[in-house]
Amino acid sequence: MSYGTFGARMVAIILAIIVLFIVVGTFQRPPVYGFQHGFRGTGAVQLYNPAQLATLRADNALPHSTPAVQPIGQTAGQSFQNVQVLKNVDAAEFARLMNDMTTWVAPNQGCNYCHAEGEPLSSDKLYTKVVARRMLQMVMHINSGWKNHVAETGVTCYTCHRGQPVPANIWFKNGGAPTAPGSDGDRADQNWPIATVGLTSLPFDPLTPFLDKDHEIRIASTTALPQGDRHSIKQTEWTYALMIHLSEALGVNCTFCHSSRSFTDWQQSTPQRNTAYFGIRMVRDLNTNYLDGLASTLPANRHGPLGDGPKLDCATCHQGVYKPLFGVSMLKDYPELAGNAASATPGRH
Amino acid sequence: MAEYQNIFTQVQVRGPVYAGVPVPTGNWNRAGKGSFSYWLGKIGDAQVGPIYLGFTGVASLIFGIASFEIIGLNMWASVNWNPIQFVRQLPWLALEPPPPNAGLCMICPLNQGGWWQIAGLFLTISVLLWWVRTYRRARALGMGTHIAWAFASAIWLFLVLGFIRPLLMGSWGESVPFGIFPHLDWTAAFSIRYGNLFYNPFHMLSIAFLYGSTLLFAMHGATILAVSRLGGDREIEQIVDRGTAAERAALFWRWTMGFNATVESIHRWAWWFAVLCPLCGGIGILLTGTVVDNWFLWGVKHGIAPSYPSVFPAVTDPSLSIGGHP
Repeated sequence: MSYGTFGARMVAIILAIIVLFIVVGTFQRPPVYGFQHGFRGTGAVQLYNPAQLATLRADNALPHSTPAVQPIGQTAGQSFQNVQVLKNVDAAEFARLMNDMTTWVAPNQGCNYCHAEGEPLSSDKLYTKVVARRMLQMVMHINSGWKNHVAETGVTCYTCHRGQPVPANIWFKNGGAPTAPGSDGDRADQNWPIATVGLTSLPFDPLTPFLDKDHEIRIASTTALPQGDRHSIKQTEWTYALMIHLSEALGVNCTFCHSSRSFTDWQQSTPQRNTAYFGIRMVRDLNTNYLDGLASTLPANRHGPLGDGPKLDCATCHQGVYKPLFGVSMLKDYPELAGNAASATPGRH
Repeated sequence: MAEYQNIFTQVQVRGPVYAGVPVPTGNWNRAGKGSFSYWLGKIGDAQVGPIYLGFTGVASLIFGIASFEIIGLNMWASVNWNPIQFVRQLPWLALEPPPPNAGLCMICPLNQGGWWQIAGLFLTISVLLWWVRTYRRARALGMGTHIAWAFASAIWLFLVLGFIRPLLMGSWGESVPFGIFPHLDWTAAFSIRYGNLFYNPFHMLSIAFLYGSTLLFAMHGATILAVSRLGGDREIEQIVDRGTAAERAALFWRWTMGFNATVESIHRWAWWFAVLCPLCGGIGILLTGTVVDNWFLWGVKHGIAPSYPSVFPAVTDPSLSIGGHP
């Protein structure tokens, strides 16, 4: 009767260790709070973990900003040479912005990160200065042209950069890990666990077709009976992968925007879906018209493995929060970044 | 009193190895003489073997192993033959069906679904041969063929998913990948593409029979265990005389819900619930994309999807007002 007892204990201990790893590695530490925001029974609940929220709050603390300055009545264009974007801004405000931009983007590197040492401030010798100028144009374009996504809250350099010359959340085209040479082992562009798609087995680079190109996102049929809609399940997996990216980037689940009954039905969707719709178009616009064009300006060490330049996605600004910086507007303290209607382009691309 | 014949049997009763009834002439014979396993005796009969494989069993195993190898080696090749990555990424790896644009290619390129076709064909042959085996072994023992037909119900769902529906849709790409997470993501994508499978009535029936099966199994299992102290698990005696155990089991359910299944009919209930689960599921899958394209809209059309009060300000499709493709 006693033989086998040792073996049984060893098996039990090994199983217990495996279960422990699975439990600790898979689940969050409780508590998790659910907040209902839609009609009952529709699964319209957002889940929050106070421990994670505290971390997010700390990560999204605002940087120190220089107090507003008295205008000196002379524009930056009059005071400095080679000011192209902000030439009509008052020189004092311009200097304040330059100072705070350093805090936002290159706090450790300082002014010399963009302004070459020993050269006049007007010099465009460093690529970083050329990129910064284009980025200023992009910020103004976002704030004036994409109000249907950023509203009056707007964005500043800090929304993405958070004290780093290269924002933490950027992406490059992803060719996937190498498969065996020869006629087997094709991954079909999926089945590779990466964070972009929340460690699912969905297509691992949904960002290129949807956020750099404008491939069609909608896949669900709009008619009860078949009327020639040939969207495939594989195509659906690409859209699904993009949606997982949105979900991960914003720290929300599907029902933040969608009704669980019908993901495709706008009438049952939340207003946030509207905002997200324009967000996707905004990111496309920015990647196509700003980031892609900078690839040749950037040195090779800033390029991705396939030689393309860095691009932005939803996580670049949102960083795990439904509204970047929990919806606090830094733009109101820097009205010169608001852009103007003349430089705005219509809100669709 | 010690109890036996439960999970974690405390007392193992062992007689001499029993070879079983004679095999009818014209068949292969059983392999081995049989032996005892202490550990298997803990959860069931301690006697292992002799086993009967026969022609269909051997052929089924050969095709099954070939299919398993094709799938596994393709998964391994997809991580460039790296053994560590193969183990780490195994749940994510898959052998994918041909891409949608390949349609119903007869012989697809090996690396674009060709291997998937071969693996699927071999797996189908293997499963069908195993079905023949369950049918013929039951007949050889003079049993009914209920097990074979229950198995056939599962095979029906398997073939609808991987063969019949893709055939009707005109694309192998509609089919399921061989892989752990990939087939689950496929399932979710399938429901999203066709407007929420929960509004598919055959899916509803399938779920009802699935949950019903677990309920019936729990009720029946609990009933028999509860009367095993009175000998309720010894069915031989019940054939001659139902005995006090079966009487009490029946009485319990008449007391608690006014009606009881009989010792025989409870097994018919269970069999039908289990068989109808994949049977209805298969019908539901077969209708999806072929007869119905969006189950939610179909549900609205036929009054099975209620409308809820609107909580949010009206939301409209922005692509309608600004133009351009969505």
